[in-house]
Amino acid sequence: MHAETTSKKAVALAAFEGLPGEPGVPKPDPILVADGVVRRFGGLTAVDVAHLEVQRGSITALIGPNGAGKTTFFNQLTGFDTADAGSWTFNGNSLAGVPAHRVARSGMVRTFQLTKALTKLTVLENMRLGAQDQRGENFFRSLIPSLWRRQEDQITERAEELLERFKLDAKRDDFAGSLSGGQRKLLEMARALMVGPELVMLDEPMAGVNPALTQSLLGHVKGLRDEGMTVLFVEHDMDMVREISDWVVVMAMGNVIAEGPPDKIMSDSRVIDAYLGAHHDAPLSAEEAEEQLQEAEAELEIEEKA
Amino acid sequence: MRRAVIAITAFLGGLVLLLAAPAWADNEALKGTIQNQGKPVSGVKISVTSEDGQPVGQATTGSDGTWNVPVPKSGQYKVTLDQKTLPAGVTLKFKDRGTLSVQVYDGMQRNVLFALSSGSGGGDSGPSAESSYFERVAQLIFEGFNLGLIIALGAMGISLVFGTTGLTNFAHGELLTLGAMVAFLFNVSFGVPLIFAAVISVAVGALFGYAQDRWFWGRLRARGSSLLAMMIISIGLALFMRYLFLFLFGGESKAFLDYNAQPGIQVGPITAAPKNFIAMAIELAVLVLVSMALLKTRTGKAARAISDNPALAASSGINVDRVIRIIWTVGGATAALGGVMLGLAQNVGYQMGFQILLGMFAGVTLGGLGSAFGALVGSIVVGLFTQLSTLVIPTELKFSGSLVVLILVMLIRPQGILGRRERIG
Amino acid sequence: MDWNTIFVTTVKAAIGFETVVYALAAIGLNVQFGYAGLLNFGHAAFLGVAAYGLAVTVSTFHLPFWLGILIGLAATVVLALLLGIPTLRLRADYLAIVTIAAAEIVRNIFRSVAFKDIFGGSDGRQNFSGDFFALNPYGPGQYGIGPITFNERVLWVLTVGWVLVALSCALVYLLMKSPWGRVLKAIREDEDAVRSLGKNVFSYKMQALVLGGLIGCLGGFIFALGQASVQPDLFSTDFTFYAYTIVILGGAARVFSPVVGASIFWVLLVFIGNTLSEAVAAGVIPSSIMTVNQVGAVRFMLVGLGLMLLLIFRPQGIFGDKREIALDAR
Ligand SMILES: Nc1ncnc2c1ncn2[C@@H]1O[C@H](COP(=O)(O)OP(=O)(O)OP(=O)(O)O)[C@@H](O)[C@H]1O
Ligand SMILES: [Mg+2]
Repeated sequence: MHAETTSKKAVALAAFEGLPGEPGVPKPDPILVADGVVRRFGGLTAVDVAHLEVQRGSITALIGPNGAGKTTFFNQLTGFDTADAGSWTFNGNSLAGVPAHRVARSGMVRTFQLTKALTKLTVLENMRLGAQDQRGENFFRSLIPSLWRRQEDQITERAEELLERFKLDAKRDDFAGSLSGGQRKLLEMARALMVGPELVMLDEPMAGVNPALTQSLLGHVKGLRDEGMTVLFVEHDMDMVREISDWVVVMAMGNVIAEGPPDKIMSDSRVIDAYLGAHHDAPLSAEEAEEQLQEAEAELEIEEKA
Repeated sequence: MRRAVIAITAFLGGLVLLLAAPAWADNEALKGTIQNQGKPVSGVKISVTSEDGQPVGQATTGSDGTWNVPVPKSGQYKVTLDQKTLPAGVTLKFKDRGTLSVQVYDGMQRNVLFALSSGSGGGDSGPSAESSYFERVAQLIFEGFNLGLIIALGAMGISLVFGTTGLTNFAHGELLTLGAMVAFLFNVSFGVPLIFAAVISVAVGALFGYAQDRWFWGRLRARGSSLLAMMIISIGLALFMRYLFLFLFGGESKAFLDYNAQPGIQVGPITAAPKNFIAMAIELAVLVLVSMALLKTRTGKAARAISDNPALAASSGINVDRVIRIIWTVGGATAALGGVMLGLAQNVGYQMGFQILLGMFAGVTLGGLGSAFGALVGSIVVGLFTQLSTLVIPTELKFSGSLVVLILVMLIRPQGILGRRERIG
Repeated sequence: MDWNTIFVTTVKAAIGFETVVYALAAIGLNVQFGYAGLLNFGHAAFLGVAAYGLAVTVSTFHLPFWLGILIGLAATVVLALLLGIPTLRLRADYLAIVTIAAAEIVRNIFRSVAFKDIFGGSDGRQNFSGDFFALNPYGPGQYGIGPITFNERVLWVLTVGWVLVALSCALVYLLMKSPWGRVLKAIREDEDAVRSLGKNVFSYKMQALVLGGLIGCLGGFIFALGQASVQPDLFSTDFTFYAYTIVILGGAARVFSPVVGASIFWVLLVFIGNTLSEAVAAGVIPSSIMTVNQVGAVRFMLVGLGLMLLLIFRPQGIFGDKREIALDAR
């Protein structure tokens, strides 16, 4: 498992090799390309992204100060809000103006900053809901159980596998509302995977999750890349960003102001100005960052062996 | 919570004793059907007085042209048809027969007939068709403003409460009814002049608004009731209050004692009783006052901040509960005033508040949920539209017309005229 | 006081005509509000257009009874589409306001003088139920157990009505056990989450609105046929509010709760109404406090009070499980 992690990571990193850290830099094999996406709220321009590409098979972090427009940008891309201008393609197909459910069906699935567990459904029902092309979701076919029973069993099997992976199998029949905040984050991520996505967009997956759980969450995110999925995630915790991301995109005041590998980004003056501001207390040199990365990886290794 | 329910029940129960209006015998009544060329005429005001001029009751004809005024006992009564309320182009056939004197016998429902005719009658040649159309439009705009301002008095409260607490209050119409009923009680039962009765009514309205939040909605909020649950609770409260009013007041609509049969005065193209001008001035003054308070006072600013972002407002040191309580108090007071004005314009009845609730909702929604100024603009639009629509659709359907417009606006601009979209994610 | 009459009418109310009508209305509303979370405050209009669709077809245009039923069903679907298309994409409270407005528009049109030739104004329409009663298999007479009897006409209406109730319950049961029902319940919880999982939320809400409307519309037919007449004011906003009370009384989002709720609601209403009337008539309650005419008002005051108390103290209804239901009043 670990060998695979490193190999996939190596592949992902190789793709970024030698790319300049300019905003909007073209990637060798982009899965998502956004152009001129603008969203205004009255006088405020919340999002104004000139050009952005997300590399297939990589873990890309989207960072930026509060109110930078990260969530709003997610909303535009996934069809939850209508952009004032702009176009974007996913796997080469234009998705501008496509409603949210069709975006999800095309393989681009998101989670929400404020978790949206369906509290009055059980954990298992939450999971089953994620599966696509269910025969029993058609009004008329739903009336004849024999038409959808078999598929339902397959879905349940898949859901149980995922629950096990996310350590939620014990909670299978509990109401989702009874889960803790961190467990809800896990459930939401697992539920998104039930859709079978190519690109997973996670809005602050670690926020409010306790440190013990963070490590396993990090492992899960890496696991997604290993399975061939692309991950785009928003996160405020720099340690985490440094630990798992292959590439970092920085937004501030609606614009993408910098891009680059995590260690370079942390020392980029534009980023420090915009994001870390005056109160970033531990300026990191490349060596220090490397050291921390290795430490974290070593920790993870120990955990995974245990 | 139990205490809250008991408190509100006790308060409403207290009204039972207060409002024990003179009980009418069920039997004797005056009634009739106003027709013009075989078609019923709605919205015509009929008032009944006793022989010596004491008012007995009032009625406005419904869509089927019928009216009914119960009378306390058998005897001689004077029945007056308010000629100003006849539709344009319709007059009394015999101008001098606008007031009839009739005898009602024991246990009898006496039919009274008024003959109408179309056109401006013989003799006096009316104004040319064109100018009368212009006059009609001007008149309708005036009446539309009047209605819009009354709606705005109620809508303001709905909008402020929605903005600060998220509650869609279906019982707000009953606050208007309460205002009208309290004024009626003091004016008709206790003989207090209407102006003072109105002041008392506004005070009672404010108190009731305060009490509602203090002991009812505030408690529910504190225990974390969902907005949906509170919305349905407000429906329960509305039903309870409405039928309490029916229980206490009876099913007929009745007029205040004062300013009943004011002769109209002509101002430019508009003819209206002086009371309408005064009423509009008062409504406008109050609405401007409340708007200024929202813009200028600390509480007003705080209220707007809470509407904008409750969590942020709370964390920046605003006492959210206090502001909400003030909002409820002001909302109760303006609703009561609106009720008095509505009663003045179209008589007092137990359903009056509920009937105008949809107009208020339309105003609030048109203006954008939660925007107090939007509610003001929206209400006036609703009022104007309601009246002006009678140019093309039958008067009886005018409220339906304004509701259709509401639905159409939602199609084009779902967030309302001045509203904003909410955030996702 | 005549306790015997009170008892008999109360027992009859438990399975009577009003219970059937309100049970069907509430089953439909439960689909919309209980399962899908749609705040439809214009439910009365669905019953109204169905009842008028039938009555007008037969009595105004002298067309066949079954065509009337078809037109009633079609009118319901059209109304659901008209209401749903502008509002189902918007926030829940907009649907509430638009539906309540639409129901009033519909009622005002039914009672308007302008359309009196078609809808019959405030008197409504009669003479359309002949074909229905011609199908009656029961011969003339009284049927029942002991003092609780119904004549053949009422019994026929009740038979058809309860069969429809049973069928509707079966339909809802099957649907809500299926993945289709799961999507609906999920939409009630959080529609954005459901959208992010690739479900067309608008389409499901529309299906729920139409289905709920159609079940309610059966209630409209029974209402019209049982009374052999329709009047516009039967379909006032209060009707919708009583249907809500019934749904919440039984417990929202449960298959049988609307039926049980309707039964309990009418038993209570009839019992209280009759007891009060008898008490006033017998002088137990002095006429200075209440006259017979005021009993109706008191009954409905109690409905309002009951609705408030239910939501405050038992939002899950009589049979509901608090963890399962959408209404969280805590
Ligand atoms: N519906 C809305 N109406 C008005 N302004 C909005 C709306 N949604 C977002 N904004 C504004 O747009 C800006 C960007 O918000 P957004 O939520 O995208 O930030 P973010 O980068 O996700 O921040 P955070 O890291 O705190 O989650 C903010 O200034 C916010 O106030
Ligand atoms: Mg965000």
